[in-house]
Amino acid sequence: MTAVPPNGTTPLARREARLAWGLLAPTLTSVALVVVLPLLAIFWISFKPIGLADLRPPAPILRESVLGAGEDLRVEYRLRNSSQDKQVTGVILSDILPEGVALRGDLPAVCTLQGRDLSCDIGTLEGGYNERIIIPLAAEDADRTEALAEASLPNVTGKSDSILTNTTFTLDNFARIFNGAEFWGVLGVTLFYTVFGTVGALGVGLFAALLLNKSFRGQGILRGLYLFPYVAPIIAVAFSWLILFDPFSGSANALLVQMGVTEGAINFFGDRPLALIMVTVFEIWRYFPLSFLFILARMQSIDSDMYEAADMDGASPFQKFWYLSLPQLLGILSVLFLLRFIWTFNKFDDIFLLTGGNAGTRTLTVNVYEQAFAVSNIGAGAAVAVVIFLCLLSFSVFFFKFMSREEGL
Amino acid sequence: MTLIRRGYLTAAVIGALWTMVIATTVAITMSFATGDGFRPSILQALLMGAVLGVVLLRIPQRGFAMAAGVALFVVTLWAGFGPMLTEGVGTMALGVAALLAGLGCGWGLHVIFAEIRPGPLSRHEFEDAIIRFLTGFGYIFFTAIVAIPFYVMVMTSLKNQQQLVANPLDFSLDLTQGWGLFRSYYELFTSYNFGTYMVNSLFISVMTVAVTLLFSIPGAYAVARLRFKGRAAFSRSILLIYMVPVIVLALPIYIGFSMTGLRNTIFGILLIYPVTTIPVALYMLQGYFRGLPQEVEEAGLMDGLNRLQVIWKITLPLALPALASVSLYVFMIAWNEFLLAFMLLDDPSKFTLTRGIASLNSSEIPRQHLMAGAVVATVPIMALFLGLERFMTKGLTAGSVKG
Repeated sequence: MTAVPPNGTTPLARREARLAWGLLAPTLTSVALVVVLPLLAIFWISFKPIGLADLRPPAPILRESVLGAGEDLRVEYRLRNSSQDKQVTGVILSDILPEGVALRGDLPAVCTLQGRDLSCDIGTLEGGYNERIIIPLAAEDADRTEALAEASLPNVTGKSDSILTNTTFTLDNFARIFNGAEFWGVLGVTLFYTVFGTVGALGVGLFAALLLNKSFRGQGILRGLYLFPYVAPIIAVAFSWLILFDPFSGSANALLVQMGVTEGAINFFGDRPLALIMVTVFEIWRYFPLSFLFILARMQSIDSDMYEAADMDGASPFQKFWYLSLPQLLGILSVLFLLRFIWTFNKFDDIFLLTGGNAGTRTLTVNVYEQAFAVSNIGAGAAVAVVIFLCLLSFSVFFFKFMSREEGL
Repeated sequence: MTLIRRGYLTAAVIGALWTMVIATTVAITMSFATGDGFRPSILQALLMGAVLGVVLLRIPQRGFAMAAGVALFVVTLWAGFGPMLTEGVGTMALGVAALLAGLGCGWGLHVIFAEIRPGPLSRHEFEDAIIRFLTGFGYIFFTAIVAIPFYVMVMTSLKNQQQLVANPLDFSLDLTQGWGLFRSYYELFTSYNFGTYMVNSLFISVMTVAVTLLFSIPGAYAVARLRFKGRAAFSRSILLIYMVPVIVLALPIYIGFSMTGLRNTIFGILLIYPVTTIPVALYMLQGYFRGLPQEVEEAGLMDGLNRLQVIWKITLPLALPALASVSLYVFMIAWNEFLLAFMLLDDPSKFTLTRGIASLNSSEIPRQHLMAGAVVATVPIMALFLGLERFMTKGLTAGSVKG
């Protein structure tokens, strides 16, 4: 009898797969909690009429105070609805009466006392409404009572209808963000920023890589220096740029005036077409090191035989670059283009810090923040986020189609 | 084409352009260093540079080239007419400027002209000269654009408000103040709690690195070595997650944290930061694990180790360089992170450095404090990075990094 290779899954393979999933479990759980769950939430919220103020659901707020002394001693509970217009239902108050205290007279109708456990069923609390419950007490020692009453915190529960979890849905958010010229303006700005930022960073990075693609003393230092813009914290470099280009006391303006380029100060980050150009230049400045690094790594792995052969055939330096280097770099350039395109599209902090989205620099990502926090309309912000996510999905379909051909980044 | 490729014409054009570049560079450098009125004159730089180029082509000697360059600038600066113009500049600064510009111009042109001579040029010689010119220009250009913002950042932090407004170009330091120069830094640490912020940032970054490694090492090993259904799909979706913009996640996280009371806690931040870095760490590590020889691990399995022991005793020691670069990179992301810290932290005692700097951005706080804060946040990460540059460069290219 000849040996037959096993078919189907063998126990060993199953054990391996089980181990693999076990090893991946922590990653999967955390990613599901912090990425997938918020993504689902953002889809949910984008269909909700919700503002910043609705984040706290209406709740009953309670204050307890001990008033009077001797014959007049009483505990007063004051209940207030935190919301002005929404009701809270099924409000129940519970507290523990301290030792050495007895009930004096009758309990209010809504309350019951079992042993020392006090429980009051208040029912519905309308929006903006107050409720007051007074429990008359008799105590052996008034001072001690007060301390004791304040030691045991009363507890209050109530149900309210949170807009986040109910089933009211609306398309208003989408109608609102797609409405009018504003959205197309934002989209146009995003595309300008993304396309020019990406292409510019690639071009400048290619230039820098060509410069450093030879060994000389100090090459390592220069390479380290050229990475500075990328490694420094965004907030530090963004503020440096703002101070450098400040219209009133910025050095750049002083320099330009001194050189006779301009008469008055230029408001680099405040004037309409210029601000967008400046944030794009900033993007190029900050991210050229990244493309530079990747292109340089690829360049150094190109076989030098080819160049020697070209030298023998009398090729000039530009011909060598155009016919030999560039085709070799095309793969990494296109992968970098796609990656950088997606990440520039997603970029938020740079523009947020430089202009706050003013002066015609509001991109889609800045619009999320603008809608959610400046206009306080969380639903509209979420709707913009959904639009961004859908764009991203379509980019990444394209990216993976391409990546499978250009594997080897 | 052959008409353009003549020695004199090439030399004149390159000489003109190079002189302009050098005149502009030196004028800007001197302005930034002294605050005095230096400015280049483009037209005269082009004209005189063309003449200088032709002369240097005739006499290809380094000593002569440098002397000619210095002579040109000394004479023209003194005459108040030429590539660089000045206004109310002291003799000392004039001398330095002439020397810098002259040497840069003469020596630079001599190097650029290494292969060209009067008469028709071959295509090779012509293009070589252009490439040398572009290389020189490139070094100046990149060094300038990288150095100027950092120079402004450091120098602004050492000055005071009146000096800054009086002459925004004057970055010269009054060294007689001694330690008084660092007043802004002293104030940041005494009255603005930057010590606390720094400790917070350090703690958060280190914890993020630890948690990220703890999660991503087993995951990366599974993706790199073990066979299971859905492996290809999994390694793709890692990259996909890596492309989700933080602002899209920040909104629901803000809502969720507001409702659960995790906002304003360092614990809450520590829940989020590692997850933003785990995908990239996993991606970088699995690439490295794949490159390790499988035979060593199999030998370990044969000798009776189980998989976890193999990872601990064989794979990890072999992957130490990769672990170093991943840690550095994750540390950098966590240290520099701004958006989540800005949205989720309101309580000054829990600020990270980046959040602390954001709180300095108000009209009531002088600008030198803001810049001092920026320096405080930048210096540690720069020092770490320059010290371990080799790892960092490798790590960045290994993982196709997020920006």
